[in-house]
Amino acid sequence: MTSIEYTKVSQGTVYDPANGVDGQVRDLWIADGRIVDAPTDPAVRPARVIDASGLVVMPGGIDMHCHIAGPKVNVARKMRPEEKRKGEQISGTSNTHSGTMGSVPSTFATGYKYAALGYTTAFDAAVPPLGARHAHEEFDDTPCLDKGFYVLMGNNHYVMQSLQRNEPQKLKAFIGWLLAATKGFAPKLVNPGGVEVWKSHQAGNVSGLDQAVDHFNVTPRQIIRGVAQAANELGLPHPVHIHCNNLGMPGNWETTLETMKALEGFGGHITHAQFHSYGGGDGDENTFNSKVIQLADYVNTHPNLTVDVGQVLFGETTSMTGDGPLGYFLSKVYGGKWFSSDTEMESGCGITPIKYKNKSLVHALQWAIGLEWYLLVEDPWRVVMSTDHPNGGSFLAYPQIIRLLMDRSYRRDVLQTCHPMVRERSTLWDLDREYTLNEIAIITRAGPARILGLTDKGHLGTGADADITIYTPHENKEIMFEMPRVVIKSGRVIVEQGEIRHTPIGKTLHVDPVYDHEVEPDIQQWFEKYYSIRWRNYPVDISYLHESAVVPPRA
Amino acid sequence: MTSSSIDAYAATASIPGELKVIQDATCTFCGCVCDDIDLTVKDDHIIEAKRACVLGKAWFLNHHNDGRASCHIEGKPASLEEGYDRAAKILTSGRYPIVYGLSDSPCEAQRVAVSIVDWIKGTIDTTTSVCHGPSGMAFQGVGEVTCSLGEVANRGDMIIFWGANPAESHPRHFTRYSLMPKGMFLPNGRKDRTCVFVDVRKTKSAKAADIFLQIKPRKDFEALWTLRALAKGIELDPELVLRETGVALSAWQDLMHRMKAAKFGVIFFGMGLTMTRGKHANTEALLALTRDMNAYTRFAAKPNRGHGNVSGADNVVSWRTGYPFGVNHSRGYPRFNPGEYTTSDTLANGEADAAMTIACDPMANFSQPAREHLASIPLISLDTKETPTTRAATVAFTVATYGINTGGTVYRMDDVPIPLRPAFQSPHPSDFEVLTAIEERVKKIMGITE
Repeated sequence: MTSIEYTKVSQGTVYDPANGVDGQVRDLWIADGRIVDAPTDPAVRPARVIDASGLVVMPGGIDMHCHIAGPKVNVARKMRPEEKRKGEQISGTSNTHSGTMGSVPSTFATGYKYAALGYTTAFDAAVPPLGARHAHEEFDDTPCLDKGFYVLMGNNHYVMQSLQRNEPQKLKAFIGWLLAATKGFAPKLVNPGGVEVWKSHQAGNVSGLDQAVDHFNVTPRQIIRGVAQAANELGLPHPVHIHCNNLGMPGNWETTLETMKALEGFGGHITHAQFHSYGGGDGDENTFNSKVIQLADYVNTHPNLTVDVGQVLFGETTSMTGDGPLGYFLSKVYGGKWFSSDTEMESGCGITPIKYKNKSLVHALQWAIGLEWYLLVEDPWRVVMSTDHPNGGSFLAYPQIIRLLMDRSYRRDVLQTCHPMVRERSTLWDLDREYTLNEIAIITRAGPARILGLTDKGHLGTGADADITIYTPHENKEIMFEMPRVVIKSGRVIVEQGEIRHTPIGKTLHVDPVYDHEVEPDIQQWFEKYYSIRWRNYPVDISYLHESAVVPPRA
Repeated sequence: MTSSSIDAYAATASIPGELKVIQDATCTFCGCVCDDIDLTVKDDHIIEAKRACVLGKAWFLNHHNDGRASCHIEGKPASLEEGYDRAAKILTSGRYPIVYGLSDSPCEAQRVAVSIVDWIKGTIDTTTSVCHGPSGMAFQGVGEVTCSLGEVANRGDMIIFWGANPAESHPRHFTRYSLMPKGMFLPNGRKDRTCVFVDVRKTKSAKAADIFLQIKPRKDFEALWTLRALAKGIELDPELVLRETGVALSAWQDLMHRMKAAKFGVIFFGMGLTMTRGKHANTEALLALTRDMNAYTRFAAKPNRGHGNVSGADNVVSWRTGYPFGVNHSRGYPRFNPGEYTTSDTLANGEADAAMTIACDPMANFSQPAREHLASIPLISLDTKETPTTRAATVAFTVATYGINTGGTVYRMDDVPIPLRPAFQSPHPSDFEVLTAIEERVKKIMGITE
């Protein structure tokens, strides 16, 4: 036993909500990249001691919904040179690559910036299966993070065909096959059915859950219900991640509520809920208002549901989405350059620059609605911090959001700078709730780990990955969270006070579901009829993953 | 670098006299990147390339391992180790080193090349800057409405080629993607599509057209704006249109009528648009027209990219630096300025003092001043064969051929990444191996610990 090399994080004030530790002074022992029990032999000394006395210790942060790799992210990088020259310049050093920022940082810069913020795990939220190999290649150039991605399947032809023909066993096998072929992590539905309509009609989309998708004659409700059931039956660690129909439209809260109901009790995650909680109608800005109370109430009473917020921050950013018709809508609203790409059999994509202004009623309401979500979901284990990076703003805004949640007087100060009508159209001014450090630890690491089914992450119990962030306490929580004192990844110090020390590439997290392989010939027959690449060249070989880990099914 | 995808489907050693068949091999000759080729190999020679086009057959069947040394220094055969050392020394001694080419290398090798440039604070540029670079710039101005090639096959009922000659440059374009396929929504294939060619001359491709519009040379911009005006219902002077474009207004009106009536239109454009007068302004007009058309129906645009992995080069350089080509690192961070950091310009301005070229031949096709400057500075070249550039190089590496001898990943012209299934082994190292060995030495010299 004495040959084991230990690191000890000594006497930190530990927040480990998954294990019921709420601000108690503890030692943490690390060996072989994991948290271990303290050695029983008192003579054993650690090879390295990190003195955390007076400092706050949490598990490494987990971003469960961001856009950091793959085809559309890279298109956005290419499309926006103008914001890079005026943005922060990332110079190379003796142990780091150079890079560029703007709203869509280059790969290495993405890894370094997440790490320096105390985040050690991130999931890209929307990868078209045909571009999966590309996402894995970028992951290999995105250091300091464990990573995975969600696979777009809400407009997949085989999914819709299986539902149309009432073949749930084929659907289930297909989801398993597709996740295995792409080395992805979870099924993602983006505007289910709506993107397919966009492909075949000018400004096409579905208007609600019960409008049939032409050619396939299935409804968004059937897609949501069918995929949720199949994914839950497959025991996937994160069964289904849903970007609802009608994103951004006044009055869309009813669509969102119907989506929650369509799950019929199956586990499901509603992403960037902020963009889906609007009252009003007919595209009239004057009727736009918050419906978070109604939706949060439904979430509070339905334990099968979880959400992340998709907080909007004021400033310039880039909208990027697998929701093709949304991209078209936004490009018309903003009038700037617009990228759209339809991927055969699978998905769409829309990208356009956007700017959120605090003096705009709509934008300020979006900001307030995001904060309402954090404050109105009673159980912090079921609401997760996200900006839908870069859609609502950069992940670099997380410390600012933490301050907004922990300090109601600051929150009200900011609200007073916004369009005056926001106080009438939302409940934010009246919400007194302030988050505790323990609750922040839940919504930024323990909660997302649980929602994603990552048993080795988001906590500091024995056997957990030794991904640890140590903060210097400060009254201003934005200052406290924007530059951790030390960040540890797999037991190794990777950042000290903003300086990158080591750049491990990190693991790719994926699933390897058990599915009915007898359905494969049927899938192959369908595939060979309409795809433009060969069946054998579609699955991503394991050699594309660097270090990787299969996340097991839920027990 | 932990990537091993370069070896995902590595070639096995040939057994003398025995046939081996490689199914679903990928042809990297042009941007079509056909991945349905069945190669029959005998004694390190491809004797059949099933389904390959005339260009692909030539690419595969004419390939053979030659007796050339893998490394030459100053024209004399040398060991690889000596070559790596000398190359690293050249790259790290330069004050303005440039690396150029990349479009006929797999992504795995491209990534190493960008790393080297990052460590030496050099400039990286790809052959994009001399083909569809203007398209990349236009893209940054207006964006792009596009789709994958399978989407064209399944939905494209109106196919327009502008300044492109796929019959000669991308021979399977028509049959695999754009005209002939029986797609999901086009069960009768070619009969369900309308094909239009717009060009300054009647190329071999124009035979495939239902409608051919021969415009005046150097008048693409005017022709595209004519269509933009007609899309918006703006009245135009027939005499002016005819004089400026060489085509009658009625013909343009007829085309616009058909474009609006189409369900899913696609415009493929080539270097006939991007490298003629107006360059990126032409492409901007075409991309804007495509965007305009989406107010009436669905329309997409797509550059017909030439080299097998030029799209991969755009992607790799973009994800690592944020910019697609012409990227300078002299200040320690990436900066983008086409016209300055694009290699043909850098060289013509007499600015670089060391260079490495990968899978390209600037000594054969750059301007006289650029060639003269390149010949005057230390040069490292990586190529599969002897070329004017390798002959001018201080250190010349002969490398294995991607897709035939070595594996890795290439991006089709629509950015779909496709793996390579090489046929037989080469006595030469891959460009990935050469660049990795050079990078190791560069890092040591520069004190890089990453």
